[in-house]
Amino acid sequence: MPHRKPPTDQPAQQSEPRDAAEWRRELKLPSERGASRLITEDLLEQLGVHGWSPSDIFAIHLAAEEAIVNAIVHGNKLDPGKVVQVACVVSPTVARIEVADEGSGFDPSSVPDCRLEDRLDAPNGRGVMLMRTFMTRVEYNASGNRVLMEKQRPPAEG
Amino acid sequence: MATHRRIDVSKLGDVTIVRFLDKKILDEAGILELGAELFGLVELENRKSLLLNFAGVEFLSSAALGKLITLDRKVKSNKGRMKMSNIRPEILEVFQITKLNKIFDIRKDEAEAISAFA
Repeated sequence: MPHRKPPTDQPAQQSEPRDAAEWRRELKLPSERGASRLITEDLLEQLGVHGWSPSDIFAIHLAAEEAIVNAIVHGNKLDPGKVVQVACVVSPTVARIEVADEGSGFDPSSVPDCRLEDRLDAPNGRGVMLMRTFMTRVEYNASGNRVLMEKQRPPAEG
Repeated sequence: MATHRRIDVSKLGDVTIVRFLDKKILDEAGILELGAELFGLVELENRKSLLLNFAGVEFLSSAALGKLITLDRKVKSNKGRMKMSNIRPEILEVFQITKLNKIFDIRKDEAEAISAFA
């Protein structure tokens, strides 16, 4: 009589308890438009599981989306031979997202401030600024093709 | 009238009311399509009074903001007017952070926006 497969075949993240202190995920994304969804859906779910508020989840989602789209479109220039590496950590107090592309990088300080009067109606250049505003910490490596973003939440919030 | 996949278009008097069919406006292909449909209202159909009702929109990325800015420019150069309404607080915050609330005419709800066209 056939036996059911033991549950050990399931991916690790599914067998973890829902109140796990920390969720980690590393993924290589193809350099295609829309690929961010391969990580953001799980990220959003885990932020909810770990008790982040809807407005924090919105903020982290926006920052992650902007960073990944920048890496795919501006970093890897949609080159199918290049990947974007994404690493996420979510706990009840910290959400950390690291995004690295295989492009030549850029100087984040060279992006003009979109809030300046003569730049207000420029259609581009808001992503990096939104990332900096919505996250507690945003750091680029020296060449500018890797960004580490972190949002911290006081444990006693609410 | 053009067929739309990303927006629902209706008219109330002289005002064209646009509602968004996507809850999350972030997929780049979708944003390109959205932009083309919005621009068509101005460039092909010559609509002068546009109200963008964001009811039901939960998320939009900076690429979507870019399309709204370009639309605003096209409306203004066509001597039209554009207003926005029913924007949820998180998205309103994005407009405030980027200071786009200075160039967009943002109203609380559809009724207030409609009366502001008068």
